[in-house]
Amino acid sequence: MADYKALEDLVVQVRRDILRQVHKVNSGHPGGSLGCTEFFVALYNELMERNESFTMDGIGEDLFFLSNGHISPVFYSVLARAGYFPVEELNTFRLLNSRLQGHPTTHEGLPGIRIASGSLGQGISVSIGAALAKKLNRDKHIIYTLCGDGELQEGQNWEAIMYAAGNNVDNLIVTVDLNGQQIDGSTNNVLPMGNVKAKFEAFGWEVMDIEKGNDLKAIVTGMQKAKEKTGNGKPVCVLLHTVMGNGVDFMMHTHDWHGKAPNDQQLETALSQNPVTLGDY
Amino acid sequence: MKKYTDTGKKDTRSGFGDGLTELGRKNKDVVALCADLTGSLKMDEFKENHPERFFQIGIAEANMIGIAAGLTIGGKIPFTGTFANFSTGRVYDQIRQSVAYSGKNVKICASHAGITLGEDGATHQILEDIGLMKMLPGMTVINTCDYNQTKAATIAIADYEGPVYLRFGRPKVANFTPADQNFQIGKALQLQEGTDVTIIATGHLVWEALQAAETLNQNGITADVINIHTIKPLDDEAILKSVKKTGCVVTAEEHNFLGGLGESVARVLSTNHPAPQEFIATQDTFGESGTPEQLMDKYGLNASAIVNAVKKVIARK
Repeated sequence: MADYKALEDLVVQVRRDILRQVHKVNSGHPGGSLGCTEFFVALYNELMERNESFTMDGIGEDLFFLSNGHISPVFYSVLARAGYFPVEELNTFRLLNSRLQGHPTTHEGLPGIRIASGSLGQGISVSIGAALAKKLNRDKHIIYTLCGDGELQEGQNWEAIMYAAGNNVDNLIVTVDLNGQQIDGSTNNVLPMGNVKAKFEAFGWEVMDIEKGNDLKAIVTGMQKAKEKTGNGKPVCVLLHTVMGNGVDFMMHTHDWHGKAPNDQQLETALSQNPVTLGDY
Repeated sequence: MKKYTDTGKKDTRSGFGDGLTELGRKNKDVVALCADLTGSLKMDEFKENHPERFFQIGIAEANMIGIAAGLTIGGKIPFTGTFANFSTGRVYDQIRQSVAYSGKNVKICASHAGITLGEDGATHQILEDIGLMKMLPGMTVINTCDYNQTKAATIAIADYEGPVYLRFGRPKVANFTPADQNFQIGKALQLQEGTDVTIIATGHLVWEALQAAETLNQNGITADVINIHTIKPLDDEAILKSVKKTGCVVTAEEHNFLGGLGESVARVLSTNHPAPQEFIATQDTFGESGTPEQLMDKYGLNASAIVNAVKKVIARK
């Protein structure tokens, strides 16, 4: 049974990390990061089977790939607080000579990162490759992937979605952050995608919703169900219904904070809504 | 003059296919991916021998590059196969981010490169791929000249850790390099010794350079002929050694003169030992339909074009 109090404390602390990272350099992407904080915390601390030390090949453990690399602030915070690198390094986010580049990369050797992402639409393909390697290696572990909903407008995703179903890549769980927002506005206004669930189903995926995508229990329970659906011949898609900017009232339900940092006053307000739990870096 | 004998015309893509077959037997980590061109890339035998290690991706090259990058994470050595056009321009961003910037051990193997693809015409005849690939930090770029060299290169790149672009072609051409050659990435091969001019050639133009050198020799002009199979990293030392001796150079490639081998050689010379240079290459143009021989003639990519360029460059010394 998950210790939800501990997970909740971590969620609040990760929110603070996200806000403080982007505020310090006056750039970065807080909106999507906050919307996926509960998912990342649950994934790394409750769902994934992870080895103690980081190796690139990740043999004998579950792997995670972030396709929408711009939500690096949440990824970095959760990786640091899971022990992949010192939390103090969050101070270097987006600074010159940092391992914490604006978008995640293997190039600077940051533990926890296995592929560069940022140019959208490539994560599902990479995840399929990693999943195929697991099968060749007779490794029963799972590949988890997160992508944005706006990101699905990139055509490569649909090549990958077609391939995974057609080739029974069933050790793969792709979670779509269904927040309905992208840079220029709502996904419905920018490029309506219709029924995403029906599209994945039509391509032959096992699809399920997590309606409360910012609720830890709903995420843990839902993702455990998703895990049970692996190994049955179909790739699994989880539609995670989230609120962009979750946990900071003035950042919620809008695309305004997709790629904008809070000013001093806004940071203070945002942090006051998320008081320190585990300690700031 | 050294004598080079064509042991029977063969296509370089078959060198790739046969090299891949041998790798399949020797190295269990080698996997192959193809985007609906298994026959054209001569990957059938690998597919038959190792169905579990062969991935038919379908007509989805972007996905193929991403899957290849992912396979490396589990310790595999992926060889992707499709035409050069679809191996580079179509998937540039995927190669850039998921392979080159991510430092993944993917071997991008590209057939039907250049104008000798022939009758299919300009949509398929990429003449910009060397430029595209050599500009990517960390990418090794290899363009082999015949069947034997392509087979040797295919086997050699499996032992090299890092992204590689291996470029070869469609037509049957002279097969003249040794079957038992030891292929060394980044090492130029001196094919002829001379004092009047250096001819630096890559790919299908290497055989043409040898023919040109014979003709020149009959006219009293002796040429250093250098086979550059690795365009990046370039063997600066071999180029400089030769040009310091001869004082001028002709570069020859089946590629646009912008972005190709010639420009790389020009950079080496201009920063170390400036010398007159002539470029045998396409002149910032697309190709067109025709037989390989007709096209090589029309676009000035053959032995007679090299002979003319040599005369011109010697006059500029």
